[in-house]
Amino acid sequence: MSKKLVSMTINGNKVEEAVEPRTLLIHFLREKLNLTGAHIGCETSHCGACTVDIDGESVKSCTCLAVQCEGADIKTVEGLASGGVLHAVQEGFYKEHGLQCGFCTPGMLMRAYRLLQENPDPTEEEIRVGMSGNLCRCTGYQNIVKAVQYASRKLREPATDTVAA
Amino acid sequence: MNAPLKEREQALMGIGESRLRKEDARFIQGKGNYVDDVKMPGMLHMDIVRSPLAHARIKRINKEAALAMPGVHAVLTADDLKPLKLHWMPTLAGDVQAVLADEKVVFQMQEVAIVIADDRYIAADAVEAVEVEYEELPVVINPFDALKPDAPVIREDLAGKTEGAHGARTHHNHIFTWEAGDKSSADAAFANAPVTVKQDMFYPRVHPCPLETCGCVASFDPVRGELTTYITSQAPHVVRTVVSMLSGIPESKVRIISPDIGGGFGNKVGVYPGYVCAIVASIVLGRPVKWVEDRIENLSSTAFARDYHMSGELAATPDGKITGLRVEVVADHGAFDACADPTKFPAGMFHIVSGSYDIPAAHCSVKGVYTNKAPGGVAYRCSFRVTEAVYLIERMVDVLAQKLGIDKAEIRARNFIRKDQFPYTSAFGFEYDSGDYHTALQKVLDAVDYKALRAEQAAKRADPNSPTLMGIGLVTFTEVVGAGPSKMCDILGVGMFDSCEIRVHPTGSAIARMGTITQGQGHQTTYAQIIATELGIPSEVIQVEEGDTSTAPYGLGTYGSRSTPVAGAAIALAARKIHAKARKIAAHLLEVAEGDLEWEVDRFKVRGDDSRFKTMKDISWAAYNQPPEGLEPGLEAVHYYDPPNFTYPFGIYLCVVDIDKATGETKIRRFYALDDCGTRINPMIIDGQIHGGLTEGFAVAMGQLLSFDEQGNIQGNSLMDYFVPTAVETPKWETDYTVTPSPHHPLGAKGVAESPHVGSIPTFTSAIVDALSHLGVTHVDMPHTAYRTWKELKRLGVAQ
Repeated sequence: MSKKLVSMTINGNKVEEAVEPRTLLIHFLREKLNLTGAHIGCETSHCGACTVDIDGESVKSCTCLAVQCEGADIKTVEGLASGGVLHAVQEGFYKEHGLQCGFCTPGMLMRAYRLLQENPDPTEEEIRVGMSGNLCRCTGYQNIVKAVQYASRKLREPATDTVAA
Repeated sequence: MNAPLKEREQALMGIGESRLRKEDARFIQGKGNYVDDVKMPGMLHMDIVRSPLAHARIKRINKEAALAMPGVHAVLTADDLKPLKLHWMPTLAGDVQAVLADEKVVFQMQEVAIVIADDRYIAADAVEAVEVEYEELPVVINPFDALKPDAPVIREDLAGKTEGAHGARTHHNHIFTWEAGDKSSADAAFANAPVTVKQDMFYPRVHPCPLETCGCVASFDPVRGELTTYITSQAPHVVRTVVSMLSGIPESKVRIISPDIGGGFGNKVGVYPGYVCAIVASIVLGRPVKWVEDRIENLSSTAFARDYHMSGELAATPDGKITGLRVEVVADHGAFDACADPTKFPAGMFHIVSGSYDIPAAHCSVKGVYTNKAPGGVAYRCSFRVTEAVYLIERMVDVLAQKLGIDKAEIRARNFIRKDQFPYTSAFGFEYDSGDYHTALQKVLDAVDYKALRAEQAAKRADPNSPTLMGIGLVTFTEVVGAGPSKMCDILGVGMFDSCEIRVHPTGSAIARMGTITQGQGHQTTYAQIIATELGIPSEVIQVEEGDTSTAPYGLGTYGSRSTPVAGAAIALAARKIHAKARKIAAHLLEVAEGDLEWEVDRFKVRGDDSRFKTMKDISWAAYNQPPEGLEPGLEAVHYYDPPNFTYPFGIYLCVVDIDKATGETKIRRFYALDDCGTRINPMIIDGQIHGGLTEGFAVAMGQLLSFDEQGNIQGNSLMDYFVPTAVETPKWETDYTVTPSPHHPLGAKGVAESPHVGSIPTFTSAIVDALSHLGVTHVDMPHTAYRTWKELKRLGVAQ
């Protein structure tokens, strides 16, 4: 199958690759670029394990073609920590025991990252609704809610202490 | 060096501490290593051609078009596997299963052929290009129909076989009839009983549905004759044994690696055709082959749970004391008996069905039946059919309470095994290790103000304008976990012990290798805490490794809540061997007799003299450079732990629901879960496990269902239809605990992660039925979706 050249920015790095037009973004990230943080849980846009951030929106990368992302600015879980320091959502999931098997976690983190920009101080109900595109089979969500609340507090009142990546 | 005791203890982060998880750093940074993340040079991709029909003869398979596609390396069918004798494989339940359909298909989505290609896209295209011609056969999906004399023959390969792995077969679709307890004494209890109740109930077919599906990467090295396979397995050592037996490759040349596992919940115990096919393909092609199923394949073909048609009876005195229990089950096992149970127990631990109650006479009988559905019968977050058993007994006690007009908390208290009766041998022969049910029940009733809840319910019932029906569910369950004593429990002949190897390094850090495998339970964190407490080494410098059969000692894996009860004990006892050696070294270094030493948190000190001591760190160094004469150098130990008994965790769960009279929508107002898992190793992780188990229980009770139409078409096999709750539907959980240690476990621990699943499911049903009980309802089958509940309300004349 003939390939098409796509270029985009991923976690701040310029990426240019030739891909089959039918290549899904999730496969492009995982198999071409070895960014295996985002996972495949359903391939039908239900579970959210593949969630990444594209141009300021949470997107399920299993139902998006790589060629649709021409010129896009993409952030994945691998780009969350910066300067050797965990992002507040990562710290929140760690501190509040917001993960168990870890398979949904990259998607959860990327969704939480965007949710807290859309709504920096969400209520518990807003967190539950805001995270409802991401499924978790392990935690029962209770500690995920706490993790997002932790991150929300931390982002609004940045403390001096951080957790090293 | 002489920091206060408390400080030294806290520095270890041992048993009882809510230590943050060591696993998390990689998972929150996208650095986990799951099967689908494994990439090997020259790796090919496998995809599976599956049957669209539930029962059909295969007339012809045409591979030509698929093979002609660029990038396709092979298309294999049962005929290709025949010369290798790999077209059938043994199941864990003593049956055989077709690896690829041999002459006919017996369930929809059965594996018919495999395609190996350069990438997953080409493989998927090639699957479409394989032409299979079928001749349809009559389908049977109901186990009662399957047992009719003229029912279609599902398993032609078993023609004339009147003896199965578990006794006589009486019909061509009959697998086994298994009994426990004493029928004559149970019958006698019923013959003289002033009160009896009977209730039929169906526990529907569901699926564990972990977020990561099943898959593997098989890599056969033809030069070395070695097979390495990365696999989503909860029991990698058992897989190694099975693969060696099937392939003829010596077990020493088979390496099975369970890397990070994205949830298991029983789904990843079995050996599935996809694994075998990928391994065969790698052997045939001499290249690594990856197979990862998609969600629809996962829900349709790799295992299921439950599918038990149960009928329960209780005999009792007029004041509600239970005198007898009888249970009959028709178990739908699908087209092959691939249940994941200890070999001698075709219905698992279903005979825990007498529950938390002192019932003098009991009998149960389980009849396994073939139907045109997927094989499986896994323990979905439970210990081998304990979920079904707990559901039945808890429902029956409610039914009895209702008939006698006794409150459901009161009737339980009247029938509990009392604290002073432990160890207690049940009518089915289980020896319950410890429990204190009355204390736990009272704690829950006080915490929720049970009396006030009942008063509120009475007021709502009296108010014709109340828009909702209020229900209170109560369950007081006991599990049997930690399989198990190898005199009773084995898998394919291998006893269900578990193992631990600990090496303490010269500088005082340590590594522990285990026969279990974590799938989110946090073993790397909690196992280190056990060693920290036992050996006085900070958990921070203790590495825990599992899942690689080439480095870890043989173990039976993680399922049935067996990690802490079995492997946890192996850790403690391996550590104690090291501790004993460390004492000798300390005595040598301090030039005193061993008897003059006492252990204190992280050191041996000379009794009564705080200034003379050797820390574990000192001792570790000495073990490698100046061991006492006659003692071999080094500081390590291996322990294989064969438990003397199961453990019996218990819990008291209470749930309050409000059902909308007009729509049947059910709001979980409150769910209070008290668990007693004995000694608590990491309270934070325990709470997390309980939240997760309760949520899975909520999913099963309120929505999960794998249903089939008359043609055997599976309905609801994607996440569009199969209910996995989001954060919005999921209730908020309140947790509580009591601690009744297990007397036979070295740490007193019992296991916890499955209790919330097992215990919560009947709690939801209990609450729903409670809301309708004043209308004469004694039972409603799951799942309690709004539609099904509305239909019930309509039948009762409550809803329009």
